[in-house]
Amino acid sequence: MADTARDPPPESTDFQELEDGEDLFPEPAATQESGPASLPAEDISTNSNGPKQDSLFDDDPEDLFAEATEEVSLDSPERDVLLSDGPSPAITPITPPTSVITPRIGLAHDDMFTHSSFDEIEEEEGGDSFDIHIAVSDPEKVGDGMNAYMAYKVTTKTSLSLFKTDEFSVKRRFSDFLGLHSKLASKYLHIGYIVPPAPEKSIVGMTKVKVGKEDQSSNEFVEKRRSALERYLMRTVKHPILLKDPDVLQFLESSELPRAVSTQALSSAGLLRMVNKAADAVNKMTIKMNESDAWFEEKQQHFENLDVQLRKLHASVESLVCHRKELSVNTAQFAKSAAMLGNSEDHTALSRALSQLAEVEEKIDQLHQDQANADFYLFSELLGDYVRLITAVKGVFDHRMKTWQKWQDSQLLLQKKREAEAKLQFTNKPDKLQQAKDEIKELEGKVQQGERDFEQISKTIRKEVSRFEKERVKDFKTIIIKYLESLVQTQQQLIKYWEAFLPEAKAIS
Amino acid sequence: MCACVCHPTDATLQVDISDALSERDKVKFTVHTKSTLPNFKQNEFSVVRQHEEFIWLHDSFVENEDYAGYIIPPAPPRPDFDASREKLQKLGEGEGSMTKEEFTKMKQELEAEYLAIFKKTVAMHEVFLCRVAAHPVLRKDLNFHVFLEYNQDLSVRGKNKKEKLEDFFKNVVKSADGVLVAGVKDVDDFFEHEKTFLLEYHNRVKDASAKSDRMIRSHKSKNQLHFRTETQQVSCSPDRKFFLKVSELFEKTRKIEARVAADEDLKLADLLKYYLRESQAAKDLLYRRSRSLVDYENANKALDKARAKNRDVLQAETSQQLCCHKFEKISESAKQELIDFKTRRVAAFRKNLVELAELELKHAKVKGLVTVRSR
Repeated sequence: MADTARDPPPESTDFQELEDGEDLFPEPAATQESGPASLPAEDISTNSNGPKQDSLFDDDPEDLFAEATEEVSLDSPERDVLLSDGPSPAITPITPPTSVITPRIGLAHDDMFTHSSFDEIEEEEGGDSFDIHIAVSDPEKVGDGMNAYMAYKVTTKTSLSLFKTDEFSVKRRFSDFLGLHSKLASKYLHIGYIVPPAPEKSIVGMTKVKVGKEDQSSNEFVEKRRSALERYLMRTVKHPILLKDPDVLQFLESSELPRAVSTQALSSAGLLRMVNKAADAVNKMTIKMNESDAWFEEKQQHFENLDVQLRKLHASVESLVCHRKELSVNTAQFAKSAAMLGNSEDHTALSRALSQLAEVEEKIDQLHQDQANADFYLFSELLGDYVRLITAVKGVFDHRMKTWQKWQDSQLLLQKKREAEAKLQFTNKPDKLQQAKDEIKELEGKVQQGERDFEQISKTIRKEVSRFEKERVKDFKTIIIKYLESLVQTQQQLIKYWEAFLPEAKAIS
Repeated sequence: MCACVCHPTDATLQVDISDALSERDKVKFTVHTKSTLPNFKQNEFSVVRQHEEFIWLHDSFVENEDYAGYIIPPAPPRPDFDASREKLQKLGEGEGSMTKEEFTKMKQELEAEYLAIFKKTVAMHEVFLCRVAAHPVLRKDLNFHVFLEYNQDLSVRGKNKKEKLEDFFKNVVKSADGVLVAGVKDVDDFFEHEKTFLLEYHNRVKDASAKSDRMIRSHKSKNQLHFRTETQQVSCSPDRKFFLKVSELFEKTRKIEARVAADEDLKLADLLKYYLRESQAAKDLLYRRSRSLVDYENANKALDKARAKNRDVLQAETSQQLCCHKFEKISESAKQELIDFKTRRVAAFRKNLVELAELELKHAKVKGLVTVRSR
């Protein structure tokens, strides 16, 4: 759990005992394969109420930094061992966007502690615990000019026996994440697993950072990306199959990673990807699947609708954030103007009251800004993530269609071959006949395989979709509750400010 | 409802707007008077007046030389329903593209907005009349009595293009003149101080008023968005009960926020706008006084010249005496007016700021409760 590091040693050993007692993850991680690890996987997904909450909680950027500082103090000896920093030229640490983060660290800390004790209790009760937490922190600019890139520290804290140690961190760059995603996608998408999509590339944003502009917008960009990467990793490891994948483990643990060149936007691999995408789109339109299973049809429709709704919602939340920011700007301007008015007013009490009003408005402006940030980080990013996730889900359905198509194609081919064989029966060409018979046998095998594949993917998709839906609802609920809490806080602050102002206004005489 | 603080219990003359009717492109105000003064035929009566007739009354005050020494209550702004009407029209056109629910909701909102604008314009016209009725000299004005009593149309047409152009040029001349006149240093400390103060104050009030307008406008547009967000929330999930509650919450907070914006508008923005106009009127008064001072000094110079040449001395003397008298009269009443202005201003600000704070507090508390309850 995220908090084992802070706890006194005895408790963590308790944890270990529990884990060993129900060691569901076989030690040699390499034995995991793409087949359905059905039972254990399902257990994990259903019993992880508490930890999920905690890990979701850590989406909050403030908590992240609070933790980051904690790790440094407690783990220094360990870190030296694990981190073998490769040759890194001029590392220029970038100041995190403190205006966004710092004011709330105090608050977040307290909440963390109360939550942590709550979660521990839950875990002990739950028994089988999903115990991994990943944090992405410390964005650092490495290199200079157009070849510069941002390196992020990926810290994993876990008590799963799958990993060699409890806590470790590595440095990764954005293309590493993309590389991980493309590997996972090529391995799992076509058999029906919903692989979480990686955050998008942004050429404009990165160029600004590379060029070295250290201003508000590039800091925001880095922060946005950092939190998106964190969410991406958390989602990936929450998937029980993906968690055991060797690529994932390598990504989290090994200090050196071969650079994923094929993720570059302008590479040949990138172009190939684009061509493939276009071909897929065309194919989708031409495949007419004979849907025998109503469940799939209904689910597809459901996801289409959801997609449309989420996109709309996302758009309006984004413009809400924009407007709130505008409101805060205008409020700040008004505050200044009111202060000037107070200055020129020659009735002292009124003048004082006006200056107070100006102060109140300034504080309210700050409040608006904070609220806007909350809107954004909690709500809007969540929605964006889900829009992309749903695209991945749709992709999985498409793969199922392709599998079906393959099966049908091989069936048709088999049919043709059989007909050809039947015809050959009447001619006297024994070796051709034999050849035909061999081909038929081969094809029959293929057809059977195709059918098995299709059923397999259908089964997997069913499981995946139900897991996805459950998680989605939970995700939304948690985020919305957090959002509401932030709203409540804003309101309380507003009340305080106006209450302070009221006596001043009354004192004018 | 007055942004100013009229004398409420003066039984000799009480004026208010008891009713108002909004038609196609004009608003008809029912001006109701209660008076114990002997000038009027009855003790209580009502007439119907339109905006142009208010303007006529105001202008007659401004043009009256006898009132040069008073702060003329600023004229009420023209009722402007164009923006609101446009929105209603757009809503009507877009009726097909939204659900019935959305349509009725938006219609209600726009109608409420229209009503709010309407109430505001009524209030501003009423304030103007109150101020005139409260002023010891202006209340006796004959035009004012005609305005209150004459129950037929005053046949005051709005200024046509030519007259508007004349007005424009008059204003240009006046402001140029104003600059010249402002350069003349005043002998009297009180007035000198007032002049600098008013100039600065006026500019700042203008600025504050503009900024507060913008702030409130963005507040309102933010509310619009909240509205859209919540309607989309509902349709997007299997866990309908939870999301239904959330969207209801958003709806409630949005309504409250709308009221907050409206209150801010009323208490803060209107207050600032009104004092913008009043401070302009006070500036006009100072201008008139300075103008008469300059005239006085010119008359003095003319008198000296006439005495030197020993020609038209009597004429110059009378003219000089007139100017002197006028200047002194203006100065005297101006002093009182400006002091009154300050008192009124302070009281009005106090009242409105207190009310603003109380309302904001109330709304914030309600919002907080609503949010907490739906957790």
